[in-house]
Amino acid sequence: MDKIDAKHVNFFYGDFQALKDISMTIEEKSVVAFIGPSGCGKSTFLRLFNRMNDLIPGTRLEGEILIDGRDVYDKSVQVDELRKQVGMVFQRPNPFPKSIFENVAYGLRVNGVKDGEFIRHRVEEALKAAALWDEVKHKLKESAFALSGGQQQRLCIARAMAVSPSVLLMDEPASALDPISTAKVEELIHELKTEYTIVIVTHNMQQAARVSDKTAFFYMGSMVEYDDTKKIFTNPGKEATQNYITGRFG
Amino acid sequence: MRQDIFPLQQGGRKRRSQWLAFGVFGLMSYSIVFILFAILGFIIYKGIGVVSWEFLTTAPADGMTGGGVWPAIVGTFYLMAGSALFAFPVGVMSGIYMNEYAPKGWLVRFIRMMTNNLGGIPSVVFGLFGMALFVKYLGFGDSILSGSLTLGLLCVPLVIRTTEESLKAIPDSFREGSRALGATKLQTIWHVVLPMGMPNVITGLILALGRVSGETAPILFTCAAYFLPRLPRSVLDQCMALPYHLYVVSTSGTDMDSQLPLAYGTALVLILIVLVVNLSAHALRRYFSNKVKTN
Repeated sequence: MDKIDAKHVNFFYGDFQALKDISMTIEEKSVVAFIGPSGCGKSTFLRLFNRMNDLIPGTRLEGEILIDGRDVYDKSVQVDELRKQVGMVFQRPNPFPKSIFENVAYGLRVNGVKDGEFIRHRVEEALKAAALWDEVKHKLKESAFALSGGQQQRLCIARAMAVSPSVLLMDEPASALDPISTAKVEELIHELKTEYTIVIVTHNMQQAARVSDKTAFFYMGSMVEYDDTKKIFTNPGKEATQNYITGRFG
Repeated sequence: MRQDIFPLQQGGRKRRSQWLAFGVFGLMSYSIVFILFAILGFIIYKGIGVVSWEFLTTAPADGMTGGGVWPAIVGTFYLMAGSALFAFPVGVMSGIYMNEYAPKGWLVRFIRMMTNNLGGIPSVVFGLFGMALFVKYLGFGDSILSGSLTLGLLCVPLVIRTTEESLKAIPDSFREGSRALGATKLQTIWHVVLPMGMPNVITGLILALGRVSGETAPILFTCAAYFLPRLPRSVLDQCMALPYHLYVVSTSGTDMDSQLPLAYGTALVLILIVLVVNLSAHALRRYFSNKVKTN
């Protein structure tokens, strides 16, 4: 079943066209990787799914993005509701200046959840799902800043999951992490895809090959190729894709 | 050969001119410290003999030629608290609006320019304006209320600027992280941005108050009393204040020889208050930045 369905998406920063006529569907409970050189539009495209680009003044969208069959840019859509459903993890870990517990509870609290017992329960679940519980269960009251970079990133993943989204967007989630932390995050992605639809932007081709079911290659604002990851990395259909994954440019 | 291109003595000359240049730069910066210590030393030397428990806790007596400065200390604190009550909400809210809400463009630039101009107006002009608006037009009379509002106006630009700058220093990734969880702009500001910026905002406010505590001209027109036998009882009372008291005892009176030491004593008390205020600003900043991480 299609979770996300983008139809003829054009996107502009002022006069600059950042995305050119992109159409793709993403299956439910699968992992899709976006690859491509810097500035190719892959992050911009990702940020359309939870309307994060709304925060940037002077942008314009043409086309439709459907999640669960509903146009997320429709006037009837509440952006806050959408963002609860479509969680996001950023390039650099960005925990809030709060305790570990309050970081994970944040999404629930700002969405009006008051039940302390429920919040405790969700926080524990989210931390367990992010494979961080055992490392932090004895120090939930401590500052999130005291955690290592890799732990902080898993905390941010837990934070995103606490509000029970069905889609998880990851914008180069491991690019600021060391190899061991990266491996943990990748392992986590594997486990999470039984529950979530995951879209991940990455500069790391091996990472795309390891974690994703399908891969999309972006270049200069266009989606050059979108296919099964295995096919993209062994027998790509386009020469540009071939050149990029073999490191001839980018 | 290389030696011909770079004459040997060049190295020595370069080192010497370096030494000379940075020697002069260094001298300039040390001389500032020296001047500060000279002022402090002079005031302490002249004033220390006068400052006693009695000086701090009694009212002036014998037509300003004796007694202490207690009412002036109390008045100065009232004025600082009053101007903080006014300047803090106005300044912080404006700063938040300008950095977080207002669309970037000519309007914000215009507001910022006007704010800076407001900060550049001489304090004596604030005094005159405060007299016209608060004392006369609004009918608050010569009072702590008029004085606080005038002093508050004076330091609002500083509070706006420090608020804006401390919020600007917070990376957007924190705002995005919060918005991505479904938080509104206001929730993001309240729960993430403000707690992170608060240490600097508070420090800016307290430093502004340090400046307020020493201002003389604005309260001259709006609040300060030459002499009051009792402490003020309401915000509509006049009060004494240290900077004005200092001016009074050193310029007008009947017996200069006995008044001048009192002036130095007053100056010492004023300087100590400013010093304590500034140090507490730093202590608070430290307290906040520890607290913010763990709460």
